[in-house]
Amino acid sequence: MWMLENAFLIPLIPAISFVVILFFGKRYIGADRVHVVGITALSLVWLLSAVAAFQWTQRVENPTPDAVVQIEHHGDDHGDDHGDDHGDDHGDDHGDDHGAAVGDSEGGHGGGHSSPLIRPVISTFSQWWSNAGVDFAVGTFVDGQTVLLLMVVATISLLVHIYSTEYVKGDRRYLHYYAFLSLFTASMLFFVMAQNIIQLIVGWELVGVCSFVLIGHWWEEKPNTDAALKAFLTNRVGDVGLLVGMIVLWGTFQTFDIDAINTLISTNPGAHHLALLVAACCLMAAVASKSGQFPLHTWLPDAMAGPTPVSALIHAATMVVAGVYMIARLYPVFYEGFSIGTSSINLMAFIGGFTALIGAGLAFAQWDIKKVLAYSTVSQLGYMVMALGVGAWTAAMFHLFTHAFFKACLFLGAGSVSHAAHHTFDMREMGGLRKDMPHTYRTFVISSLALAGIFPFAGFWSKDEILLGSLVGQQNGYPLMLIFGCAVALMTAAYMTRVIWYTFHGEFRGHGQPHESPKVMTVPLWILAGMAVVAGAFNLPGPVLEPIGLEGLAHRIQTYAEPSVYLNGLGLSHPDPSLTMALVGLALALSGIVITYLYYWRRRGLHGLTERNRYARTGYKVLENKYYLDHLYNDVVVDTVKRPIAKWANDFNQNVLDRAVNTAGETARDVGRWVYKWIDQGAIDGSVNAAARGADSSGEGLRSIQSGKVQNYGQLLFGAAAVLAIVFVIVV
Amino acid sequence: MLLNQFLILGAALFAVGVYGVLARRNGVMVLMSIELMLNAVNINLVVFGVQHGVVSGQVFALFVIAVAAAEVGVGLAIVLLLYRNRTSIDVEDFDLMRG
Amino acid sequence: MEVTGFDTWVLSLAVFLPLVGALVIMLIPKAYEMELKLVALGSSLMALVVGAYIAVQFDYGAAGELQFVVDKGWIDVINSRYIVGLDGLSLPLLLLSLVVVPLCLIYSWNHIPDPGNPKAFFVLLLILSTGMNGSFVAQDMILFFVFFEVVLLPMYFLIGVWGGEDRRYASLKFFLYTLFGSALMIISFLALFFLSKDASGELLQTFDMRVLTDVAGVGIIKSTQVWIFAGLFMGFGIKVPMFPFHTWLPDAHTQAPTVGSVILAAVLLKLGTYGFIRIAIPFLPEGAIAWAPWIGLLAVIGIIYGALGCLAQKDMKRLIAFSSVAHMGFVMLGIATLTDFGINAAVFGMIAHGLITGMLFFVAGSIKERYHTLEISRLGGLLKAAPRMGWILGFASMASLGLPGLAGFWGEFPAILAAYNPGAGMPEETFRTYMVIAAIGTVLAAGYLLWLYQRTAFGEPTEEFAGHEIADVNRDEWIAWTPFLIGIVLFGIWPNLIFNVTDDVVSGITATVEAIAAGS
Repeated sequence: MWMLENAFLIPLIPAISFVVILFFGKRYIGADRVHVVGITALSLVWLLSAVAAFQWTQRVENPTPDAVVQIEHHGDDHGDDHGDDHGDDHGDDHGDDHGAAVGDSEGGHGGGHSSPLIRPVISTFSQWWSNAGVDFAVGTFVDGQTVLLLMVVATISLLVHIYSTEYVKGDRRYLHYYAFLSLFTASMLFFVMAQNIIQLIVGWELVGVCSFVLIGHWWEEKPNTDAALKAFLTNRVGDVGLLVGMIVLWGTFQTFDIDAINTLISTNPGAHHLALLVAACCLMAAVASKSGQFPLHTWLPDAMAGPTPVSALIHAATMVVAGVYMIARLYPVFYEGFSIGTSSINLMAFIGGFTALIGAGLAFAQWDIKKVLAYSTVSQLGYMVMALGVGAWTAAMFHLFTHAFFKACLFLGAGSVSHAAHHTFDMREMGGLRKDMPHTYRTFVISSLALAGIFPFAGFWSKDEILLGSLVGQQNGYPLMLIFGCAVALMTAAYMTRVIWYTFHGEFRGHGQPHESPKVMTVPLWILAGMAVVAGAFNLPGPVLEPIGLEGLAHRIQTYAEPSVYLNGLGLSHPDPSLTMALVGLALALSGIVITYLYYWRRRGLHGLTERNRYARTGYKVLENKYYLDHLYNDVVVDTVKRPIAKWANDFNQNVLDRAVNTAGETARDVGRWVYKWIDQGAIDGSVNAAARGADSSGEGLRSIQSGKVQNYGQLLFGAAAVLAIVFVIVV
Repeated sequence: MLLNQFLILGAALFAVGVYGVLARRNGVMVLMSIELMLNAVNINLVVFGVQHGVVSGQVFALFVIAVAAAEVGVGLAIVLLLYRNRTSIDVEDFDLMRG
Repeated sequence: MEVTGFDTWVLSLAVFLPLVGALVIMLIPKAYEMELKLVALGSSLMALVVGAYIAVQFDYGAAGELQFVVDKGWIDVINSRYIVGLDGLSLPLLLLSLVVVPLCLIYSWNHIPDPGNPKAFFVLLLILSTGMNGSFVAQDMILFFVFFEVVLLPMYFLIGVWGGEDRRYASLKFFLYTLFGSALMIISFLALFFLSKDASGELLQTFDMRVLTDVAGVGIIKSTQVWIFAGLFMGFGIKVPMFPFHTWLPDAHTQAPTVGSVILAAVLLKLGTYGFIRIAIPFLPEGAIAWAPWIGLLAVIGIIYGALGCLAQKDMKRLIAFSSVAHMGFVMLGIATLTDFGINAAVFGMIAHGLITGMLFFVAGSIKERYHTLEISRLGGLLKAAPRMGWILGFASMASLGLPGLAGFWGEFPAILAAYNPGAGMPEETFRTYMVIAAIGTVLAAGYLLWLYQRTAFGEPTEEFAGHEIADVNRDEWIAWTPFLIGIVLFGIWPNLIFNVTDDVVSGITATVEAIAAGS
């Protein structure tokens, strides 16, 4: 289990690669050869992740005694309500007979979660920071969910690294591109294995900044930098929720430790409900920004300004699922906060479902192929959040897993198309490319089928689980979510068929001669397409495998990835597989395809509806303007803050405060003048002057007496003597 | 008693002296007038001495005569110097101390 | 710790070496320019070496205690003594001050701003250095006050002589504002001198800060404490500067020469916050508790207000100056919570802000030197014209907006976090409101910094400068800036470098405050 304990090496490798590329790349490697460093690093990461994944499966299959949680029997009050009493199963399973428990994990009943509760592998390095005498550690937290994401990130990042060598060849900032791909990978991996919520925040922001840099990769053009700023600022808005939510968690539990928080909630569900509700709502805002949920999803389509491989890696497969991952990681918080187990609708499920719906709607009105895919990503992320909102933890992570592959494939396919067709993403300048680009066409179709949820591609299985989760729910079903989910299933199939029609069928409407991309691009496409086919096999339901005798392989993601050590205490249940639900989902998807097929290929249906019908036109216009949300944010919110409010604040500063200070200064000066003039010069100095003047004038007066003539003095002398004599005579 | 007559003589002599000091412009005349006033005082001193039957009055008178001689000597010297410098002994011309 | 031999001298050396350097420079004729500069740099570097020695010899296990204490008679008539000492709170700030000055000297080596005269310029910088270093180690109120005021005059001249067009107004405003605060501060010091009593009720009549920290204002009744605290608040709050006493700052920053701005941002503002932590709170815990909610209010107003002010600026340097108001708002919010988290974050924020904003001012100064303007609308395309400088500006902006992994984050996040649970039984709802407002402030911070960056660095250079050759970062600038950049990354990745040093002192202070709050 060495790899699990030393998982810090995995993000460290791309971090070193970042430093090497950025600071030594130009001088020692050559600016156009830095991809060697990146690809080497990512290959290592992939290998280590694979080892970690393998070691984790070993830990689950053959747990050592210290890997198993010993908890007291507490699941009754939750388990009793559920159909399959799984809570009690756990109570019996844990402990010394874990070996038997592992063998017990047959796929027969999907709800029967009967493997022992495996502890995550937590390694910490203390002295990261300290406060109030308490030492806060930095560390790694590795469990099934972590290794699942490790594999996803490592695989797609590696493929994107390879694909990019051709796609961004000769770019003006090739070196920076690879440096920040490495930094992004490092940040994402750091985020994935965060041991405490501070690390979650750190990783969360770092992937955000990498996204900012990569969206704005071609910063000479203003629209790109606008998009980058929009992405970063929208995420910052959500980060307010992240900061506050995490602080509420800290305030409630007095710890940053994810393991401790989850354990505290799951061993004592029901306590701190209010605090958890507040925290969950705040964190939901963060999820909305990072994972493109309504109403903060508007940055994601704009983020397509970045290079296409970046869109595939960051804005489809990895970074945007950070929000989903965070919910899953702190699932007890949300489960208790939103009362997922007992409600039949809640904020998270609603936001997820609603986002899925509006995202799918917007995908119809786009002409930019990448924007269609971006809205599709919004929609699918909504699916995942909805799944988590209805309590279908495994379904959400399963969908995250499958979606990463086929959506990355679609994005890279779009990149391949644009590479061939003069760097345009406008579908009106494409068409008929299936003959010129057979590999791209085939992989694109396979991935589209997976996305649409057609049997037996990956998307079918994961989407089915989400619909099933909404149908069954926990104690109550989530009917509204089911309706949303079904509608989205139909719409997804339809808009993807539209994309394929405009891009690959019909007549070529662009200029020049399109050509197939080189192998270095098509091979990653084929690998991803292959995953889009088989990824569903990782969590097949039992009944499918039973006939071929492989039921031991059923629900692998559920078995390995689900952190039952926490979820168990919450009493999370798993619905039994339902053939009906699967058939309904499939039928919806197929009908979506068929309708669109008829519309475009056979020219059936209401063509020109938007020209004829006012309401349809209005609806289309609303879609085209993205529900006017951008107008709201840009023209109303941002412009108000940026112009009037900021201006007001500045005016306040200049005209009120500074004026006050200046007025105080001026008043002081005026008062001073007045005082100087009237008090100082007038009264005080005046009296002094008056005394002087008095002395002066009296002297002036007396001066005439002093004639300098002796006889005058004599006169005075004798006059005075005479007066004195008279006085003397009179008095005496 | 002849006291009154002597006193009246003294007073008259003094008054003449005062007049001379204040009114005469000739510096020598002023000095002479001062002599008159001093001698008026001498008469008074002698008279009062006789009146009281003591000799100190006459002694004082002798002192005054001696001092007066010195005074006239110095005074005449000043007048002489003034005359040399200013070719005038008119006291009206000497107002260097005027404020 | 028994202080012997050389150790009795080190603090005084660190404080006065720059002053000695200044005196030596005064004896050298103006014509020997290179010698002047070498003496200036040499003396400040020697002080830095002494600082490094202190940092090595410092007993980190006893960071809560004053170390290297020297206690000698000074002004016996008023019972004021020459007491210097250093603990975990002073150490990082002293080192910051010791590091910044030589770097500023290096930066201005070949760039003495108009009207030149390196001799006077360097002399003033060195005197400034002595004042700053002394303020951080003085343990006697009169001594502290003297150092605190010594800082004022050199800065006045730096702004007034080497400043921009409006330098006279700015320098006078700075001087009078600060002096006004100082006047109230010294009155409070005197009040403390005359009113402080020890536990048995004896009048102490001392300026010794160690003694006053120990008695923690027990002999002074609450209403008096509130008044004395108000005086200190004015003295320190103007220096910080806190809303609404901040208006001197944008003018001073905008007009000051580059290194003046850097020192002002990096060290001078910290004298105010340092005063709160070192003097106002421990001496007058009850006054602090009474004032804290109001300080918190002014702090969050400052955060939002500073950010809004930034959004409206057209001048880059003025924008950075306003961002200081916002950042110091976070520091003051941390202090106002009277908790370990908050005050530790405040100290961290002081260091981080010093490094980051200092860095931003350096870049702004270099841009001004090359473009001869800082008007944002006239700049643009810096990344294209001078890529390395563009990257550094971007890096510093990211650090300034509080990106985790860089130093700024650790000053902001724990401060916001501390507001969730304020200390000493203060109103939770109030401070939680502050917390949310402060968190919103981080969005605005990202807004103004990124808009600044977009307008100055992204895109193509404006037509005005399209053909101009803009020199990239030169050697002097690299030498001066690298320590800043390294510090920003290092403290961001390993924040315990600072938290670990300050925590003991801060715990002592908050323990006192909590005890007083519990007792009253």
